[in-house]
Amino acid sequence: MEEKKKLKKTTRSNLLMFGFVIAFWAVIQVISLTGHMTSKLNGLLIPVCAYIVMAISLNLVVGFLGELSLGHAAFMSAGAFAGVFFYTTVGAMLPKALSVLISFLLGGAAAGIFGLLVGVPVLRLSGDYLAIVTLASGEILKNVLSALYIGKDSAGLHFSLKDQFSLGLAPDGKMLVKGAMGIPGIQKFSNFTVGIVLILITLIYVVNLKNSRAGRAITAIRDDEIAARATGLNLTHFKLTAFVPAAVFAGFAGVLYALNYSSLVADKFDYNLSINVLVMVVLGGMGNIFGGMIAAILLTVLPEMLRGFSQYRMFIYSIVLIVMMLFNQAPALVAWRERLAARVKGGREEKNETADASYFEAKKDAKDKESVKEEN
Amino acid sequence: MALLEVTNLGISFGGLQAVAAFDMTIEAGHLYGLIGPNGAGKTTAFNMLTGMYVPSEGNIRLDGVDITGKSPEFICKAGIARTFQNIRLFKAMSVLDNVKVGMHNRIEYNMWHGIFRDKVFREKEHEMNKKAMNLLKVFGLDERAEYAASQLPYGEQRKLEICRALASDPKLLLLDEPAAGMNPNETQELMETVRKVRDDFGIAILLIEHDMKFVMGICEDITVLEYGRIIAHGDAETVSNDPRVIAAYLGGDDD
Repeated sequence: MEEKKKLKKTTRSNLLMFGFVIAFWAVIQVISLTGHMTSKLNGLLIPVCAYIVMAISLNLVVGFLGELSLGHAAFMSAGAFAGVFFYTTVGAMLPKALSVLISFLLGGAAAGIFGLLVGVPVLRLSGDYLAIVTLASGEILKNVLSALYIGKDSAGLHFSLKDQFSLGLAPDGKMLVKGAMGIPGIQKFSNFTVGIVLILITLIYVVNLKNSRAGRAITAIRDDEIAARATGLNLTHFKLTAFVPAAVFAGFAGVLYALNYSSLVADKFDYNLSINVLVMVVLGGMGNIFGGMIAAILLTVLPEMLRGFSQYRMFIYSIVLIVMMLFNQAPALVAWRERLAARVKGGREEKNETADASYFEAKKDAKDKESVKEEN
Repeated sequence: MALLEVTNLGISFGGLQAVAAFDMTIEAGHLYGLIGPNGAGKTTAFNMLTGMYVPSEGNIRLDGVDITGKSPEFICKAGIARTFQNIRLFKAMSVLDNVKVGMHNRIEYNMWHGIFRDKVFREKEHEMNKKAMNLLKVFGLDERAEYAASQLPYGEQRKLEICRALASDPKLLLLDEPAAGMNPNETQELMETVRKVRDDFGIAILLIEHDMKFVMGICEDITVLEYGRIIAHGDAETVSNDPRVIAAYLGGDDD
């Protein structure tokens, strides 16, 4: 019975999450069908979807695996460049739907491979070291992509990391990737429904992984590595089980994001973006997928709404961020919110609460005992 | 053939010989004690047996299989499970999930079964839940299955750690100071639990403990370590009357 109850509870909160995403989609559909869609809102839709996918996937690493990754933008970048490169070259000759689909798959694969390359050495580190190395690998990728030139002529593809002229293109040649100018001339593809589908796929993957054998292994490693080893878990394997899929989903998000604009530059995916996504995850509560989604929406929409304040924009943004952090994390405010929630729920749960209280008392006893032990 | 055969095991860290010439034979289904003053090398011996440390010399065989210097993962699969001196639970996870992690290598399914929540996933999870609840019931923790492990009082956390170790279906269970920080009542209760585990699960248990009443009360065979070397071995009676053991504990006048 206990088991069923638990299953019900997790399914209910998951259904709520999926319901929210679908409701979000429906509301936007209604707005656009009734002709109330502004171009500002329209322009935000795809970035919001991409950032939600980024926040959910980073939660896999930060929230569930408990490792601080500061290079999530790099995977987005790897995905975006691989996907868009295909889309603007081979994809241009294919039917659009097929071309988009393959772009997504290639973007995800490229990001996954990059994730594996970074992950294998990096996951031997932990804490600050891991954070710094992920940050560095992101910057490396950004700089390499900024210096990458690819051209094509009758003799085939030409690569260079120097400049446009060292490609040695024949007169009939065409530049495909222009270094710091990135990939120009993308035939925009922005489809909100595709964004929502991507969010749903990411959600299903992450939520189901979390509640399975592999997901338990990942959270066990987060809670205590030594105990996890002694329990027979293969640390490297399960760290990669969290890290690589997170990179793949970031790659999908990168393709979605990049196809929304007419050109793609590597500078866009710098550490600022990584930090922004991390802020979304922390603000939403580490390991809290739904919270991360809400934070992703707010933090993408907010800077746009503050544009009217011109130079004070980032100032106000920072203040709002601090207030939101306090509201979410400050103990006094958390307690106040819980009291409020309890009042809303009514006396129905009262019985449960007393059980909890007696349990906290027991917990306190245990703590006292520990401190006595330390004194000894 | 004995369950565990340890011969001439030793390890040194830099110039320090932490454990040397450590021999031990454990029969299936028996209860063994490993005692000694602080810093004698008891936990170091545990760490070598479980693969946390790679021994510098010697040999460990479990059920005839050589496990010397193998990874903790391998050794856990081979059938040795342990608890820790300072409790190491998966704190943020539920009590039930802690036990289910313990079953990791006993009930397996591929990650994709979990992603697609197919029939294999549902069956295996059901099997895990059933087994885990049965285990928790043995320790009286079944009512707490949904609590976070960190919410349990100290004594129950100790029990949960044993429970998690048992979930991996071991042939040999190593308990590192299971009674540390417990009051006499809890210690008494724990003694009964340990005995019950041995009887019900039919496994061998090796425990480190400072509480002499506890060790003398339940261990059939006791090994005493001092400065990394075995100074005495035998049943409770023999060990407690050994002059070297008395000297080690009460401080000898032979210096």
